[in-house]
Amino acid sequence: MSEATAIRKSEATPTPQPGLQENLIEVRNLKMHFPVTEGIIIPKVVAHVKAVDGITFSIKKGETLGLVGESGCGKTTTGRCILQLEKPTAGDILYNGVNLNGLGNKEMSPYRQKIQVIFQDPYSSLNPRMKIREILSEPMRVHNIVPDSHARDKRVLELLNVVGLTPRFADRYPHEMSGGQRQRIGIARALAMNPEFIVCDEAVSALDVSIQAQVINLLEDLRDEFGLTYLFIAHDLSVVRHLCHRVAVMYLGKMVELADCDELFDNPMHPYTRALLDAVPIPDPTIESGRQHKIIKGEIPSPINPPSGCVFHPRCGLAVDGCSKAVPEFKELRPGHWVACTEV
Amino acid sequence: MTTLLEIEGLQTQFFTSAGVVKAVDGISYTVDQGETVAVVGESGCGKSVSALSILRLVADPPGKVVGGKIKFQGRDLLQLSDREMRDVRGNDIAMVFQEPMTSLNPVLTIGMQITETLQHHLGMSDEEANARAVELLGKVGISEPQRRLAQYPHHLSGGMRQRVMIAIALACEPKLIIADEPTTALDVTIQAQILELMKNLTREFGVALIVITHNLGVVARYADRVNVMYAGKIIETGTAADVYHNPKHPYTLALLKSVPRLDLPRQAKLDPVEGQPPDLARLGPGCPFRPRCRHAVERCARENPPLEQVVPGHYSACWEKSNLTSAGKPIS
Ligand SMILES: Nc1ncnc2c1ncn2[C@@H]1O[C@H](COP(=O)(O)OP(=O)(O)O)[C@@H](O)[C@H]1O
Ligand SMILES: Nc1ncnc2c1ncn2[C@@H]1O[C@H](COP(=O)(O)OP(=O)(O)O)[C@@H](O)[C@H]1O
Ligand SMILES: [Mg+2]
Ligand SMILES: [Mg+2]
Repeated sequence: MSEATAIRKSEATPTPQPGLQENLIEVRNLKMHFPVTEGIIIPKVVAHVKAVDGITFSIKKGETLGLVGESGCGKTTTGRCILQLEKPTAGDILYNGVNLNGLGNKEMSPYRQKIQVIFQDPYSSLNPRMKIREILSEPMRVHNIVPDSHARDKRVLELLNVVGLTPRFADRYPHEMSGGQRQRIGIARALAMNPEFIVCDEAVSALDVSIQAQVINLLEDLRDEFGLTYLFIAHDLSVVRHLCHRVAVMYLGKMVELADCDELFDNPMHPYTRALLDAVPIPDPTIESGRQHKIIKGEIPSPINPPSGCVFHPRCGLAVDGCSKAVPEFKELRPGHWVACTEV
Repeated sequence: MTTLLEIEGLQTQFFTSAGVVKAVDGISYTVDQGETVAVVGESGCGKSVSALSILRLVADPPGKVVGGKIKFQGRDLLQLSDREMRDVRGNDIAMVFQEPMTSLNPVLTIGMQITETLQHHLGMSDEEANARAVELLGKVGISEPQRRLAQYPHHLSGGMRQRVMIAIALACEPKLIIADEPTTALDVTIQAQILELMKNLTREFGVALIVITHNLGVVARYADRVNVMYAGKIIETGTAADVYHNPKHPYTLALLKSVPRLDLPRQAKLDPVEGQPPDLARLGPGCPFRPRCRHAVERCARENPPLEQVVPGHYSACWEKSNLTSAGKPIS
């Protein structure tokens, strides 16, 4: 980044979380390789999409971990593995020390309640034929969270209130609401399960800026009020910086950098993280005109045949001969600041 | 600089069962030759409809341009015959959309789509058109252009498709390109590549650009002037520097304050505008922003403020515009 845009030290840090020591989530050497098949009658596996290719990280109780990177780098797949919506090719996912990968359907059941997700497009994930009341009460009935139907109705109104909607929304259909309102319903639906951990997958990305700010504030308030832990997947780095305690940067199925939020934005080390930050336009014409843009070349390659050595080397300004040969080790270069690059 | 496009009091409405949607409600602005003008605002405020109105591409029914003038190089586009208008679209004004997949023809090769434009509008022979297509693809940063000519849109990534759209837009050597959210569907890295490309090419060819976006950073980086829209109207207009450093409309102020910024210390809490934009089929008499406005006075409920000059070149549609300070706080 140029001097003009060097990110200034933060004055405010997100509310320090009590008991930040315990890991709620541990992801160890996670791999998710999707088979690519050819042939209709007798499908044959001809290759694998290495969507996630050996990543390790943890999330502490009450912490918000940001996960960023260009589309196709494996963020959603990582989230889906944690949610147990995909069966990983390799690696472990521990929740409160319990390995979820080994659990049967029945043993998994309590975790399906504790781990929730909020998607980017609330519209496609809300049943268009159900009123909001049913959308919110149905999962509480199925999971026997609130068995009594009157109590459930009351809880629906409470949830609407928590996400800043008036009770009259209970009788509306999803198509009768704006994008921001539907996203609030998506959040309310997750909260209905009394979750501990929420995967927010591009949860605010589709919203207009004024509405996005409202929903970000809501997610922050809920985190503080209910002691929630988030995996916050997003491609908007300014939003991630605002909301997260720590940030992980992914590229082509690998983790390239991981650090405390302020450390990552004040002192980005991996050339890919720097390139991402450089690409973000700052909403200030004076700063922008003084900024030197070193725009990253090319596009993220196919995860079917990832480049050899460091997967980032074909687009990297710092790459040397060795980068196309050896896979760089993910190393702790400063306390809590991990980087997979031999040239920094 | 000479004025290329002059829009005066443009009004476009949709006649629906729910009532008349005043999608564009009397907007006026100009674009000079070679200039980049941004139109910014949240979804549903009328950005796309205003752009489609310029090219007379609004679906009729239900839509109709019901008032105003669109003067392009002195001629009012609204008075042209359909045939003359097709010529304008082919030769003078090109459009680039958010999702290139829907504007590219999926069953035609990239080459056919570019050469068609060249042959149809510039009367080139096969060989000339082919050579020019290769040159254009090279210009928009597509590697191995010769080979790409034979590929279909689905063979390309989103960023590459947008480059092809830009090549097609440039093919007819237009004087104006209207880009509607050209990078909204792309990653920031690819967004930066595409916008930089558009900036360099519009400079090189002296093409004027109207860029429609909801991204305040994109405006700051690329636009000379900016029109901020709310509920079908331009509520503030001026140079990017004036509008960003000295916003004179509470909505602009609120927008600027609601985005977290990488260059500023992290805020404890964002300060969003509460509420939502109004339903354009049910606008009352006063200022449409009033229900969300922190600076509203009694008059705002009765009279809709006109766009008036604050300083030369900088206009705002707000009764309280002289009471907003540069720091963005009202004078108490
Ligand atoms: N079910 C699947 N089968 C095959 N490939 C997949 C599947 N899901 C995702 N992928 C591929 O895995 C890669 C990572 O995808 P994803 O996790 O969605 O990335 P992100 O969320 O970062 O954009 C992409 O190349 C995508 O096409
Ligand atoms: N075909 C249509 N029928 C009815 N209303 C429409 C139609 N197209 C657009 N509108 C309305 O016109 C307004 C402006 O839309 P648009 O210009 O697409 O907004 P923007 O591009 O700023 O997001 C919106 O309120 C939208 O609902
Ligand atoms: Mg994703
Ligand atoms: Mg639009």
